[in-house]
Amino acid sequence: MSKQEWPLYEVFIRSRSGLAHRHAGSVHAADDQMALDHARDTYTRRKEGVSIWVVRSDRIVASDPAETASFFEPAEDKIYRHPTFYEIPDEVENL
Amino acid sequence: MYTQGLDQQHGAETGRHGEETAAQLDAFQARIDDEEKIEAKDWMPEAYRRTLVRQISQHAHSEIIGMQPEGNWLTRAPTLKRKAILLAKVQDEAGHGLYLYSAAETLGVSRDQMVADLLSGKAKYSSIFNYPTLTWADIGAIGWLVDGAAIMNQIPLCRCSYGPYSRAMIRVCKEESFHQRQGFDIMLTLCRGTEAQKAMAQDALNRFWWPSLMMFGPNDANSKHSAQSMAWKIKRFSNDELRQKFVDITVPQAEFLGLRIPDDKLRFDEESGHYRFSDIDWTEFHEVLAGNGPCNRERMAKRRTAHEDGAWVREAARAYAEKRTSAAAAA
Repeated sequence: MSKQEWPLYEVFIRSRSGLAHRHAGSVHAADDQMALDHARDTYTRRKEGVSIWVVRSDRIVASDPAETASFFEPAEDKIYRHPTFYEIPDEVENL
Repeated sequence: MYTQGLDQQHGAETGRHGEETAAQLDAFQARIDDEEKIEAKDWMPEAYRRTLVRQISQHAHSEIIGMQPEGNWLTRAPTLKRKAILLAKVQDEAGHGLYLYSAAETLGVSRDQMVADLLSGKAKYSSIFNYPTLTWADIGAIGWLVDGAAIMNQIPLCRCSYGPYSRAMIRVCKEESFHQRQGFDIMLTLCRGTEAQKAMAQDALNRFWWPSLMMFGPNDANSKHSAQSMAWKIKRFSNDELRQKFVDITVPQAEFLGLRIPDDKLRFDEESGHYRFSDIDWTEFHEVLAGNGPCNRERMAKRRTAHEDGAWVREAARAYAEKRTSAAAAA
């Protein structure tokens, strides 16, 4: 058993040009290049990607699920942000 | 590839209910009942977390140990084509193990801890990998039957309530159908070959049929842990339901191959539309799980050796990364 395990990296894959990178899973690696190599071997054996991002898991800053309600509360009462909020007369077209 | 009804093997898990209020538990169950997915950092009962850690890590261990029976034939595959295919398949099994370890780690258990539990014998893996692969036909039987049984188990797991496990299983299932087909292709080729080749295929079926049925775990009546997993939607179908489905689809495939299922009581029941089959020898199942199968010791010894032999590589890579980091900092 090694004294300490290799750091964990989160893996994001762009499946083809035009699409955004999407979280695929994670890999352990000693350094950044190895993380890319492991991500390729683990998550793209069937040409699932044209681009890979890896980032150390401990560098990701995430919102807290326990605070979800209050964190996203500012968006709750702003229904006027949606086009359906506005009543447009039937006669008006292309709006 | 392979999960098993191993969730019953360790006795009932009890959560630390002292710290979990009834309101929390009810709210959690309500989310599950609404088919909401649970994500890594969400609140969850301790028993749910531990059940998942155990099931996902056992599943991962099964993938890793599962490379050994097939790896046994890599250097002796009959053609270069078969060898390349088998190599890709065994590599997929390693990949499946890694997807699953990655999913289990989201629950707060470290990779090193899971590996340590496997190597110490604390964690289990699927009983099927403790059977030897004596002939090339066994590679066909494993793909056809063992991966077939695994698919039956794994498709419902794609809808498991725990998001990271569900996503890992979707990835696994996409790759699994290649595994089963390559196995059936080996069987088909043997069955269309000489008498000796067909006899080899029959022999492999004879040896792998019952262990494959055991992969679904104990009968429902003896599967006391299932009810909680069902309520949590970790599990969607009972062991016996999945086993029956497997028999129903596999028997006609054996008939197509011209092979005989090694069960004198096997018959089609017109009324129910299902095949009826003999009782399973559960003594064998429990013996294999207890560590007394034909290959348990060999599998564990090989895994431990591989892990120990790789230790210097892991340490050297880490030391090299540290050296470069400090050199970059100094520059």
